[in-house]
Amino acid sequence: MKRFVLTLSVVAGLLAGCSSSDNNTTSEGTYDRTALMTNWADNIIIPSFEDYQAKANVLNTKAAAFAQNHTQQTLEEVRTAWLDAYKAFQHVGIFDDPKAFELHLIEGSNTYPTDVTGINNNIASGNYNLAQPVQYTREGFPALDYLLYGIGDTDNGLISYYETTPNARQYVADLAAHIKSVADAIVADWNGSYRETFIAGTGTAVSAPINQTVNNFVKNLEKDTRTPKLGIPAGLFSNGVTYADKVEAYYNNNVSRQLLIEALTASKDFFNGKHFGMSANGPGLGAYLDAVNAVREGQNLSAVINAKYDAALAAVNQLNNSFSSQVTADNTKMVNAYNAVQQIVIAEKLDMLQALNISIDYVDGDGD
Amino acid sequence: MLTFRSYLNLKTDAASLAFFRVAFGLMMFFSIIRFAGNGWIDKFYIAPAFHFTYFGFGWVKPLGIYTYGIFIICALSALMVALGYRYRLGSILFFLSFTYIELMDKTTYLNHYYFISLVSFVMIFLPANAFFSLDAKRNHLIASAIVPRYTVDVLKVLLAIVYFYAGLAKLNTDWLINAMPLKIWLTGNTHLPLIGPWLGKQWVAYAFSYIGAVYDLFIVFLLLNRRTRLFGFVLVVVFHSLTRILFPIGVFPLVMIVSSLIFFSPQFHRRALGVVYSIITFGKKKALPASIVTVNKYFASEGIGYFLAIFIAIQLILPFRYLLYPGELFWTEEGFRFSWRVMLMEKVGYVQFRIVDSKTGATAYINNRDYLTAFQEKQMSFQPDFILEYAHYLHDTFKAKGMADPQVYAESYVALNGRLNAPYINPNVNLAKEHESFAHKTWILPFKDTIGGL
Repeated sequence: MKRFVLTLSVVAGLLAGCSSSDNNTTSEGTYDRTALMTNWADNIIIPSFEDYQAKANVLNTKAAAFAQNHTQQTLEEVRTAWLDAYKAFQHVGIFDDPKAFELHLIEGSNTYPTDVTGINNNIASGNYNLAQPVQYTREGFPALDYLLYGIGDTDNGLISYYETTPNARQYVADLAAHIKSVADAIVADWNGSYRETFIAGTGTAVSAPINQTVNNFVKNLEKDTRTPKLGIPAGLFSNGVTYADKVEAYYNNNVSRQLLIEALTASKDFFNGKHFGMSANGPGLGAYLDAVNAVREGQNLSAVINAKYDAALAAVNQLNNSFSSQVTADNTKMVNAYNAVQQIVIAEKLDMLQALNISIDYVDGDGD
Repeated sequence: MLTFRSYLNLKTDAASLAFFRVAFGLMMFFSIIRFAGNGWIDKFYIAPAFHFTYFGFGWVKPLGIYTYGIFIICALSALMVALGYRYRLGSILFFLSFTYIELMDKTTYLNHYYFISLVSFVMIFLPANAFFSLDAKRNHLIASAIVPRYTVDVLKVLLAIVYFYAGLAKLNTDWLINAMPLKIWLTGNTHLPLIGPWLGKQWVAYAFSYIGAVYDLFIVFLLLNRRTRLFGFVLVVVFHSLTRILFPIGVFPLVMIVSSLIFFSPQFHRRALGVVYSIITFGKKKALPASIVTVNKYFASEGIGYFLAIFIAIQLILPFRYLLYPGELFWTEEGFRFSWRVMLMEKVGYVQFRIVDSKTGATAYINNRDYLTAFQEKQMSFQPDFILEYAHYLHDTFKAKGMADPQVYAESYVALNGRLNAPYINPNVNLAKEHESFAHKTWILPFKDTIGGL
């Protein structure tokens, strides 16, 4: 017993000694998860959604104006508003928060190729509920892409189509209004109680907002960027058969690269904790990796991943503005870009998630 | 010089075995209830369309809604064991139902489940109902206050193997030189109150690694020695409580803490059973009833002693079977399971399957989540036998859909203990043409690093 007390006091003494000498050093290996969540919420997620909401608002106004008065002028304005909002969407698609999930922000806003027959049926019947899953392929930005660029061969043809089809004018206005209402609801949720819930959600459970956010971030790059923007058109999932008509913004046909760069940049910025629309960086996944000393082959893992983002952006910059033209003219470059994005996906899914010890499911593990 | 034969004739107090029987039966009963309460029966065994089976046990499958029946049998037989009611039948039923459950899907493999299967198998042959049991109350022929000593020792040996082999497995360069995987796992807990801020520090990961290895290697010796036993037990409680806080390891800390009480003296076990007796008789009876001092004949044959000796010898050899395989054990996992290699690896993988029609060349890429649960996908992604079994399932699924002789290719990457991800499976090998066996899997790409040690 005496020996036991002695051991205990030695251990206690050691601990006390270490803690006093440690007072001045930085808290090695720890990362302030609350600060991380606060930065994500206040400097990235909410500003991104507010920017998206503002642009969805403009789109809604311009679409309503176009429905009222379909001229070349109003058409140009609604097209500009569409592209602005589409670009802003690339930033919010990363955050599948509970409200966005509930309202199907991602599926409802950007499922392509769009269902032209379905759209025409909706216009003909004038009877549709845009909140229903069956409508995902007939609404959102891809449907507007078709309605603003694809429904006539020339602008004049397009305008005269709307002239004679009041239901189509209404459909354009309804699609924009739906985009706006989803954006409004998500922003209202964040500005209501969700921000507090989010910031407090620093636990290790799978359902904790911090885990959900990281998982959604990786999923976005894999399933919403890599696969549809590059993989499917480049024929990677169809034995090399390319699909020029399955690119993002097919009917506009001059902005697929721009949208992809927007999405990749948003992903990289989120990884680095960069404040939305600003140059400042706050707490983020990269800094978190540094804090837990994630070093791979002599390099910080954060630097490894950033280099992979840069390589992917460089590969994408090699591409034509129109991915339809790119897959037809030189698909190798599309495949290269896909492979470069794939490298980021793998590094994030394996190396990053491993280093951050993020779990995917709750189950007993081994231990002794 | 004590011969093995004369050792088999040594006797000890039957209370130790009875104590273990009651404790083990009750813990198993509550573990099953907890498992069911978490909704895991449905989630792991009924909801998934596909199950990963053990080589040679492909016929062990969940039985749909009747799977609940297996769990009910398992829970009831655990109670039969605890009460010592028709003990032999109860222990056989428990072993069979528990093992059946574990064999249904290897996704949920845990070393401790294997441990429970082994202990329950051994218990079938032990006279654990000779004392403080309903059987002994009903049938005085099997009641006995003493039992062969080896029947208690065999349980100690099983526990000793778990600890000691877990300690041996930690003697590798990842654990000792790089403090992996604890360096990763501990940093995930820095938000914990009080101890959290320490867990991100490198030296703490090293300290935990070394303390863990030393603990595993030497704890049994502390428990065996009467003078160090209490101190050892305090360590057992502290160690397992800490692992319970840090890692999601369910009921096992409790199982190990309670099981290690078997090392205590028969007097301790008698006192513990006395307390139980006093509780179940609502305090009317304070002392255990006196039992007849005979050795119960059915169980105490020497043959069982020899049989258990062979069983233990197999247990001692089996964990070393990995030496028969080329390549790095942590990478290939050939000979990894059933070897008390616990908490040694932080390993994650990513597999993209590609199915090719042999006639038309048409290709399909697989979204694993269309066929597997999140947990199954995670486990499949870094274990070659899972990848192979799933590849065959994909082959069969696409063949049924009308594809001509589907070829299955896997592009996969694995990150092990904080190394940068590396290609894992040869992407040019048609896995549909490879077959599961105990032979080395040549289609696993070589590990680019070396891990030294056992």
